Amino acid sequence: MNFSLTAQPLDPASLQATLADTHAGACVTFEGWVRSRNEGQEVRSLEYEAFVPLAEAEGTRILAEAREKFGLIGCVATHRVGHLQLGELAVWVGVSAAHRDAAFEACRYIIDETKARVPIWKKEHYQSGSTAWLNCATKGEFGGSGGGPGPV
Amino acid sequence: MIRVHLQYFALLRDQRGCSEESIETTATTPAALYEELRARHGFTLPADRVRAAVNESFVANDAPLREGDRLVFIPPVAGG
Repeated sequence: MNFSLTAQPLDPASLQATLADTHAGACVTFEGWVRSRNEGQEVRSLEYEAFVPLAEAEGTRILAEAREKFGLIGCVATHRVGHLQLGELAVWVGVSAAHRDAAFEACRYIIDETKARVPIWKKEHYQSGSTAWLNCATKGEFGGSGGGPGPV
Repeated sequence: MIRVHLQYFALLRDQRGCSEESIETTATTPAALYEELRARHGFTLPADRVRAAVNESFVANDAPLREGDRLVFIPPVAGG
């Protein structure tokens, strides 16, 4: 069971190999990729940063919760930090369990909780040249018309 | 007065213009300290959208602050 942050490109094959266990009958993995559009804006690249000690602690807590809740055999999650280009792998989650239902649900739980709780931030760089920290828009000067990210 | 150490990330770092500093404050809770910093530096995030971490653990916004605490105000997260 391991939650990590890294500035290096992720290698799904070697991450998945760490889950190998003959008690497992199911392995579900999730990959989060950098995509070119968000909330109607053309994205050029993404910058991730993290408060590392707390991100690792909170991520490890999430994996422990998933293991307990879904009776997992193994689980691993790793998240990139730094400047990522379109198409790059930003986050990888993998779980193993005796049966597929638990594996699917646990994988979903881990990525959802990670996005909601782990202190990792994402700055979008747009084709227009502007940038914005995601989810940090506030009413007023950062609100924009649709409540989406405004210029920072 | 107590002296605390602050580390800034993401939007708060951009708005503060630095990533860390030590300050003296009369604030006794993270909530009070955030309001003080917000007034001083023009942070746009309201207090209810920021979580506090002290010495690398999440704490309640009304937890007591102590001399030498290391604080991080956590803007809305966006991993994944």
